[in-house]
Amino acid sequence: MKRLLPFLVFMGLVGLFGFGIWWNTWHDARYVPSPLIGKPAPDFALPKLDAPGQTVTKASLLGKPYLLNVFASWCVACAEEHPVLMADARQLGIPLVGYDYKDEPDDARRWLREHGSPYDLVIADQPGRTAIDFGVYGAPESFLIDAKGVIRYKHIGPLTPEVIAKELLPAIAAAKREAP
Amino acid sequence: MRLRLAMLAALLMFAGAAFATSGAIEPLPFKDHAQEVRFQNLTKQLRCMVCQNENLADSNADLARDLRLEVFQLMQQGKSDAEIKQYLVDRYSDFVLYDPPLKPGTLLLWFGPLAILLAGGAVVALAVRRRSRGNGASDNDKPAADRPGADEAADTGDDW
Repeated sequence: MKRLLPFLVFMGLVGLFGFGIWWNTWHDARYVPSPLIGKPAPDFALPKLDAPGQTVTKASLLGKPYLLNVFASWCVACAEEHPVLMADARQLGIPLVGYDYKDEPDDARRWLREHGSPYDLVIADQPGRTAIDFGVYGAPESFLIDAKGVIRYKHIGPLTPEVIAKELLPAIAAAKREAP
Repeated sequence: MRLRLAMLAALLMFAGAAFATSGAIEPLPFKDHAQEVRFQNLTKQLRCMVCQNENLADSNADLARDLRLEVFQLMQQGKSDAEIKQYLVDRYSDFVLYDPPLKPGTLLLWFGPLAILLAGGAVVALAVRRRSRGNGASDNDKPAADRPGADEAADTGDDW
């Protein structure tokens, strides 16, 4: 037994390091939980991408839940997410609001023309100042905001059919139930 | 003539490079040197969320630039360091702080290494005590060869 002890200690270390490798394969180190979940969305007043003269505010979108999807024409992962949104946006049952993040409006308009627009409405934050209030640190990000303007759910990174089915749709159902 | 053109081209390239680097970390209009030092200290304690192993002061990411400007503007508004940190924590969580606050969720982070050190120390102390006791017994007892299992005891002592 005593002779086995160093071997057992060694196996313990192997187990520990193995756990570390396993943990890091599925755990995304870039994922940081947002402190804004369950809190009112920050106030914003941003121009429409298609009509820069018109301003959209947080207050003007109150009354029904919507999904705010942060994207940009320069964002590679957004292009990856885009076909998923094109296919599944209608299935969400709530408006999809695009949030064009730190983008040239012309580039964004061209990008949406070429790829098609899954959005019911697109607001543009060219300076990126409002995005700081939302705690945005990398596009794409999606915020589910309920009828009372509270952030119910946030997804960082591209939405996939799995994430939509397992996380987003249940969160939408809960938001509709609790704040109709 | 050709040489002169080449030199001119080279000079222009250097000028271009100098321009590019000066644009990388933008100069901010600080009121005085003290404010600049305070700004540098503060941004060194804050994490860039895009490139997570860099601080705000060093990072050249777009968001880091925006956040530096934000910190600068908050300083102009007379906000304290603690208020500015809280402003960023409210938006980006404790993760923006390189020095995490002491609270229930971070107890393991703060005291985990100490606990591991103590556990390791206890194991070493136990092993050392057992070994010295084993040696003492074989010295004081009858001649080692008479005692059954004495070789084994000596062996285990050497294994460590």
